Amino acid sequence: MSAELHFHSIAEAAAQLEAKTLSAVELTQAVIARTKAVEPRVRAFLSTDEATALAQAAASDARRAAGHARGPLDGIPVGLKDVIAVKNQPLTAGSRMLANFVSPYDSTAAAKLQQAGAVLWGRLNCDEFAMGSSNENSAFHPTGNPWDVSRVPGGSSGGSAAALAAGEALATLGSDTGGSIRQPAALCGVVGIKPTYGLVSRYGLIAYASSLDQIGPFARTVEDAAIVLRAIAGHDERDSTSFRTEIPDYRAELQTRRGPWKLGLPKEYFGEGLDPEIAAAVERAIAFYKAQGCEIREVSLPHTQYCLDTYYIIATAEASSNLARYDGVRYGHRAKNAKDIVDLYFQSRAEGFGAEVKRRIILGTYVLSSGYYDAFYLRAQKVRTLIRQDFLNAYKEVDALLTPTSPIPAFKLGEKSDPLAMYLCDIYTIGVNLAGLPAISVPCGFTRGNLPIGLQLIGQPFQEASLLALAHSYDRAHDWSSRHPKL
Amino acid sequence: MNYEAVIGLEVHVQIKTRSKVFTRVGAGYGHEPNTLTDPVVLGLPGALPVMNKAALDAIIKAGLLLGCEIAPVCKWDRKNYFYPDSPKNYQISQYDQPICLGGAVEIELPGSARNVMGEHKRIPLTRIHLEEDVGKLNHGATDSLVDYNRAGTPLMEIVSDPAMHTADEAFAYLTSLRATMIYGGISDCDMEKGQLRCDANISIRPVGEKRLGTKVELKNLNSISFVRDGIAHEIKRQIGVLERGGTIVQETRDYDGMTGTSQSLRSKEEAHDYRYFPDPDLMPVVVDVAWKDRIRAECPELPFDKQRRFLAEYQLPYTLTSVLVWDRALADYFEEAAKLAGAGKAQAVGNWITNDLLRELGGARLTVAEARVRPGHIAALVQLVDSGVVLTNAAKEIFVEMFATGDQPGVIAERRGLKAAPTDAGELEQWCRDAIATNAKALAEFKAGKDSAINAFKGPVMKAAKGKANPKLVDETLRRLLAAM
Amino acid sequence: MSNAPELNIDHIAKLARLALTPEEKATFAAQLGSVLHHIEQLAKVDVTGVEPTAHAFAVTNVWRDDVAEPGLPVAAALRNAPAQRENMIAVPKVVE
Repeated sequence: MSAELHFHSIAEAAAQLEAKTLSAVELTQAVIARTKAVEPRVRAFLSTDEATALAQAAASDARRAAGHARGPLDGIPVGLKDVIAVKNQPLTAGSRMLANFVSPYDSTAAAKLQQAGAVLWGRLNCDEFAMGSSNENSAFHPTGNPWDVSRVPGGSSGGSAAALAAGEALATLGSDTGGSIRQPAALCGVVGIKPTYGLVSRYGLIAYASSLDQIGPFARTVEDAAIVLRAIAGHDERDSTSFRTEIPDYRAELQTRRGPWKLGLPKEYFGEGLDPEIAAAVERAIAFYKAQGCEIREVSLPHTQYCLDTYYIIATAEASSNLARYDGVRYGHRAKNAKDIVDLYFQSRAEGFGAEVKRRIILGTYVLSSGYYDAFYLRAQKVRTLIRQDFLNAYKEVDALLTPTSPIPAFKLGEKSDPLAMYLCDIYTIGVNLAGLPAISVPCGFTRGNLPIGLQLIGQPFQEASLLALAHSYDRAHDWSSRHPKL
Repeated sequence: MNYEAVIGLEVHVQIKTRSKVFTRVGAGYGHEPNTLTDPVVLGLPGALPVMNKAALDAIIKAGLLLGCEIAPVCKWDRKNYFYPDSPKNYQISQYDQPICLGGAVEIELPGSARNVMGEHKRIPLTRIHLEEDVGKLNHGATDSLVDYNRAGTPLMEIVSDPAMHTADEAFAYLTSLRATMIYGGISDCDMEKGQLRCDANISIRPVGEKRLGTKVELKNLNSISFVRDGIAHEIKRQIGVLERGGTIVQETRDYDGMTGTSQSLRSKEEAHDYRYFPDPDLMPVVVDVAWKDRIRAECPELPFDKQRRFLAEYQLPYTLTSVLVWDRALADYFEEAAKLAGAGKAQAVGNWITNDLLRELGGARLTVAEARVRPGHIAALVQLVDSGVVLTNAAKEIFVEMFATGDQPGVIAERRGLKAAPTDAGELEQWCRDAIATNAKALAEFKAGKDSAINAFKGPVMKAAKGKANPKLVDETLRRLLAAM
Repeated sequence: MSNAPELNIDHIAKLARLALTPEEKATFAAQLGSVLHHIEQLAKVDVTGVEPTAHAFAVTNVWRDDVAEPGLPVAAALRNAPAQRENMIAVPKVVE
């Protein structure tokens, strides 16, 4: 257990808040102080609003004093990736395009967190419009990995992972389109969940690729992740793709679901390109589960090799359309001295978007353009069906899949300049998005260079309770989450 | 050479719903700029669309009224193009799976005279789909101002086959389509408010030629008569071009109804590439039989069907039906009054409605629904006239007062002393005897077979009755007496 | 898709309303060329008779009732507008 307030788990802090040995204001002040101390090196935040956070904390304390505390998140400082709208707060998506944008409305996820009593602390850095795997595509500044600030925290939710690892929040939210929660969770040594598509409302989440995007939590422990997920999950009538399903008390379910589980190891996820230290750490995790009585077997997801291509067609096509609204007309960056409306579009978008965003818009526009739709987009959607079917077939034999989260640990800022090389960071995570499945990354060790390693567990649709229990059985038996970076 | 025009119409009709098609904010016309917006309407980052069930009900109703096949499954697509009135720079629309396929609009062409029914035709439809309307641009001297109130209003696009050949047919098509939409309660179709908008595709070809000529798209036809005039003008223009040895250029032209001229809009710099793809934010729609049946039960009888029934069931003259059936409220009003008035009184009821009621409504700028004169009043009045209690001239006076006050006609007749004379049979018979006795010449003529000679007795009888005798009764009494002589 | 697809970057950038510098054009064309080359392998997958997946968990008939609710106040609707006049968004004059 950690003595430092800012490294408390939610469970620990909630217990102290409930016992009234700690106030939400004290906790929030500790997190603010920590943020001020380490932020010059980590640079996880794009903006903060101390006054509002402290007011929310004071309101939480007042509720508790009046006997109306709202549960384990009441008074807990939670940071949000800067793609999740909070009313009257900046919403930049890490883009110059939205540098001055202030959201006039709340996302459903943010509204639910506030209903649960959470203190919203800061707007977290990310790759521009959630496109990237290193946070280097942020228009404002890169974020450092708290374990080695010369390295990337992963992306696109790098700020969310780094802030949590550095003690600048007790939990954070990110979004995951191709691995954007799990990969930075792995690289920063924290827990990250990509929920089943449709479990968490996307209303108020800046869209990158609508059919793949999901909001999910980062937390220090699986138990904490269960607490946050329960608060944000559930059907929302403002999101047509939100699914009607009962949301169990995931935290309580951690105790009731104890396995043993049948675990599948997709052979395609253990091949060439996997860092040997990561492979070894994952092997130790497999050994742990085996020792717990789990049945482990190899399975095959034969269309894995097509995931990357399928992903880049579908994601960029949707993005090219989703990002058309950023045109300098109603909001966002407008080029000065445009000679007419068409010029205003061209110049505003040229000035407002960074290189990776432009690259993906070009690719997405191309694959949808006249004459290419069938060969690219339609074909990718069909291959998506096959990829999804691979997973469903595997689940006829096993309860869950176990893989590394990322093929490599945190790499140096500026190390990967080739887009294709960067895209390969996502090879173990994107299949999950294409199939719409839930998956979690759990810390499972460190490299000799003291860089965190993540284990990915992939569950069945809407079976987050089982997936969390499976992850929890590993997490509570190890102490990876009690290690903190020295900053 | 003789030319034939080929015309297809693309009509956009706003569906009358309380809220917008993909979000909850209110829909409406004439509000202060940008007061009907929300994150979805403005396309703010993170906003998502959710379908409005009422808009789907309405388009299914439109499809059923027009005899379309309702697709069992339809989906939503994004039509991608940049324009400042389009908040997301894509429009949610339906590309390859529209909700309504086929169908037809029945039209009536002008008859040889006003009281003669014209030829009927069925103009086939290609499809009807649902989409979201865009905002409105207001052009200033140096800038344009965008108001997004209209954006997100449910909009149907109704596409006809290229199956019309004259401006009159296009006019009749729009008239009939508009009436159908109003009848169904789907739209108010006020063209001034942009609730119905029409673009026409026009080409011409030598008579007998099967291939279509180069088509020209005519835009901004913002009243039904401008549609007729604009198309007529364009057909003439194209024939003129060909006859001078020119060729028709595929282009979009803007028709100015005020000056009766058209001009080419600068042709688009590139062919559109809308990059349609299924909208990942929306789920498909499945329309089952039960849903269709429920909507079908709400479908009203259409004007032409009603007209055929009025002709057969009430034996109304064509001219009366053609006034009554185009306004659903008026037709319903007529039927209620006719039923109350009883058998054989339908034409009298129809006459009161089409002459007196419409005249008074017009003067008072009221709708049928607002009239104080209800169908029961009309029926009562017809019965009063028919039974001889009031005379036609008095009835006209009663109607005006009835319209102003809403009082029953019998009450007004009483109050104003407009009832026909006390028809004491003995007194009337005496007046008739006196009249016959004092006019031997007329008596002789009548006896000789000149029926109209009877009129010579009526004047003195009416004079004796101070104008309040029932003419029908006078006529009957005279004939009875004359026959006995 | 059997032949290496050609990416006319000028045309695509125009559709996407993106002004690109000559350097960007050259870089993107090269980078996207290799991405497209990679994507080419999708042509090898046999997708005969396979339905496309548009939604991972497709349900149908997701809608709401036609109830109007208040939207954004004008000030909130226009708070991020780069230019406005008379409560409307101002843009350079649009000539049709």
